[in-house]
Amino acid sequence: MPDDLNWAIGGEAGDGIDSTGKIFAQALSRAGRHVFTSKDFASRIRGGYTAYKVRTAVDRVESVVDRLDILIALTERTIHENEDELHDDSVIIYDGERSTMQDVEVPGDATALEVPLKRLAEDAGGAIMLNVVALGAACEVTNFPIENLDESLQKRFGDKGEAIVENNKTAARKGQEYVREEYDHDFDYDLETTDADYVLLNGDEAIGMGALAAGCKFYSGYPITPATDVMEYLTGRIDQFGGKVVQAEDELAAINMALGAARAGARSMTATSGPGIDLMTETFGLVATSETPLVICDVMRSGPSTGMPTKQEQGDLNMTLYGGHGEIPRFVVAPTTISECFWKTVEAFNLAEKYQTPVFLVSDLALAVTEQTFPPETFDMDEVEIDRGKVVDEEEIDSWLDEQGRFQAHFAAADGISPRAFPGTTGGAHMTTGLEHDELGRRTEDQEIRIEQVDKRQQKVETAREQEDFDYREFGDSDADTLVISWGSNEGALREGLGFLEEEGYDIRFISVPYIFPRPDLTEAVEAADDVIVVECNATGQFADVVEHDVLQRVDRINKYDGVRFKADELAEDIEQHLAGEAGTQEATQ
Amino acid sequence: MSSDVRFTDFKSDKQPTWCPGCGDFGTMNGMMKALAETGNDPDNTFVVAGIGCSGKIGTYMHSYALHGVHGRALPVGIGVKMANPELEVMVAGGDGDGYSIGAGHFIHAVRRNVDMSYVVMDNRIYGLTKGQASPTSREDFETATTPEGPGQPPVNPKALALSAGATFIAQSFSSNAQRHAEIVQQAIEHDGFGFVNVYSPCVTFNDVDTYDYFRDSIVDLADTDHDPGNRDMAKDKILESDKEYMGVLYQDDSSVPFEQREGIEAPMNDVPDGAPEGAMDLVREFY
Repeated sequence: MPDDLNWAIGGEAGDGIDSTGKIFAQALSRAGRHVFTSKDFASRIRGGYTAYKVRTAVDRVESVVDRLDILIALTERTIHENEDELHDDSVIIYDGERSTMQDVEVPGDATALEVPLKRLAEDAGGAIMLNVVALGAACEVTNFPIENLDESLQKRFGDKGEAIVENNKTAARKGQEYVREEYDHDFDYDLETTDADYVLLNGDEAIGMGALAAGCKFYSGYPITPATDVMEYLTGRIDQFGGKVVQAEDELAAINMALGAARAGARSMTATSGPGIDLMTETFGLVATSETPLVICDVMRSGPSTGMPTKQEQGDLNMTLYGGHGEIPRFVVAPTTISECFWKTVEAFNLAEKYQTPVFLVSDLALAVTEQTFPPETFDMDEVEIDRGKVVDEEEIDSWLDEQGRFQAHFAAADGISPRAFPGTTGGAHMTTGLEHDELGRRTEDQEIRIEQVDKRQQKVETAREQEDFDYREFGDSDADTLVISWGSNEGALREGLGFLEEEGYDIRFISVPYIFPRPDLTEAVEAADDVIVVECNATGQFADVVEHDVLQRVDRINKYDGVRFKADELAEDIEQHLAGEAGTQEATQ
Repeated sequence: MSSDVRFTDFKSDKQPTWCPGCGDFGTMNGMMKALAETGNDPDNTFVVAGIGCSGKIGTYMHSYALHGVHGRALPVGIGVKMANPELEVMVAGGDGDGYSIGAGHFIHAVRRNVDMSYVVMDNRIYGLTKGQASPTSREDFETATTPEGPGQPPVNPKALALSAGATFIAQSFSSNAQRHAEIVQQAIEHDGFGFVNVYSPCVTFNDVDTYDYFRDSIVDLADTDHDPGNRDMAKDKILESDKEYMGVLYQDDSSVPFEQREGIEAPMNDVPDGAPEGAMDLVREFY
């Protein structure tokens, strides 16, 4: 038997699949085993096939695999849905006494383990506990000490009273004893326990916890799969730190409320998924031109349009990189693991405030719905650093006033970063607008000021490139001729998958990119390799396009952005200058 | 807050580019007077402006201000106030901004009842885009894009507000400087969402809803037996389609602002140098 065990419970939505799976995953985690979970689900409350899958091993597991060892099937369809993953040593636990499960056929030589789940649950105090009976049966099959279930049953049912907890413990033991008595043979599975202590959390929770660690005090959002867990995590918890979650009427309001709170000086954030990010797009430009620090989280799911709301895709890269009319400075950060969801969220808040511009935190469904174990010190709060950037108080404000004593909120500093005065600061009153504006925030169409402000905003990106460490994560053989590049959540599956290839003699260098913009320069790595493969969960290869763009770099540029169209004589002159080897018009032709 | 703030302190050094005679001049003056009269100063005031002629107001006033995306002024104001309840938040916009592209936010801002004021400069026309029908234009009001008139009844924003659970509904008229400033002041002083619809005539593109029309037809509620605490009376006045009123139509004296009910006590602009105290407990929750 392999070191890892793959376990699942499946049935109809509404059967308590998620909570039962979570109880087992928690029990494994408490018993010092690593866990990696996944979900098959549809976006409905009741009806439709749904499953919660757990992969567990003593060593870390970073991905799901196409193999199922133990399956608790509450419906016949559950078996069919997983037919390809079952094998001859698989054990399928189901209730053969149910009228709908009379003619169940298990594939190949897999073991059909009939357990009267409902009857045993009723004996323990109620049919509702039939899933827990199945968990007890699974403990016996996997030789997993049933005491480990008790704590997670306590955690799940504790608030319903001690009697309910005890009934559930009894139900689990009835399942265990039934299997022991009726199927007296060794199942070949053995879930070893260790003394390690792990925490178990998903990517949305890690983002929420990262936000709290970073001092986020305002969150506004509109419920959407698979980003809702960020909002649910923060609700209530953020209050303990003096903050508030607001459920807005739509994503248009959500991002604008978050923008308002950020202007008032709160660390502020919103999170959504594809259809919501579409709506929020109208405000991206305002966030950037008003120079407001804002973290905008996009937990991607399958698009386009409503797409497949409960399925995985990394299809919004172009949207977060380029979304919105006009041109703005922005940061796009894509955590590659669940623990990185935490750390990149902390970093996103610092980037937003240091550079006073939107930061897109791009996660995806795979990270959002997966629960994974980590040693608690992975989230060492002492390591969290806060940088609020150029905030000025009443004493400092004098040095940022013009000759007439007016605060220059959009001062064109060499590094592109202006001073920031929170409302309420004496002497700091100022206007800001989505219109092009001068250093005081007053609207203007003056060509020179326009260019100065565009350059000033874009300069932030250059400053960040100098000051920040936008590096990639590297695995495998750095001298290999084959280079695999990926971004976001594929890192775990790739690390493990490349390990399989390594065993077969392949040497592969793997670069996992968490910074989409500004991003690390991959030119050298790409040019050093014979074969370059970019892996991503979308149809067109959006990141592959970006990599090719960066590596190619063949064109020179003539740009004009003072609000006046190109003129024939001016263009002829520009091109002539280019051909003569002189610099192009990065500024307006006078 | 200094006690000697004058309303001109809220004036910026930018000269308004509104057409001469535009109602928005009077509307803005009243807002500035009301802010000064209620003891505010530019450094504790946040003005959020929408898009349109009315949206220019943020540039002409002096305070902390944001001029944002068309229709989204109210959500911005809500965010500002919730993140710092010590600020005086005033949102200003026009009938297009508030009742067309931002209509959804209007209803929900009313329901939410955050302590702020919302002044809508209602000229029943789109002025900045040179004269198209607005949501408050009359059914037969002819414009370039509606040659036969919009063919649909105008929105009744006060009725919308009342049905959405408003705690303060007022109607004002920019031309009556004193009454207008008083009404806006009452909206500011109200504990909750103070909604003021202001008739602010467009002298360039609207030849129907003119100064003369409003002067001739408007009735000051102060001269009647109207009781703003009586919701039924307010409802009757608001639904009378053939009358124009000025004054506070409805006020719920027992209103408690949303942010107060939510227990927000202090500004949220303070962040410690590292993770906040107790953050490690968040990790332990995941055992």
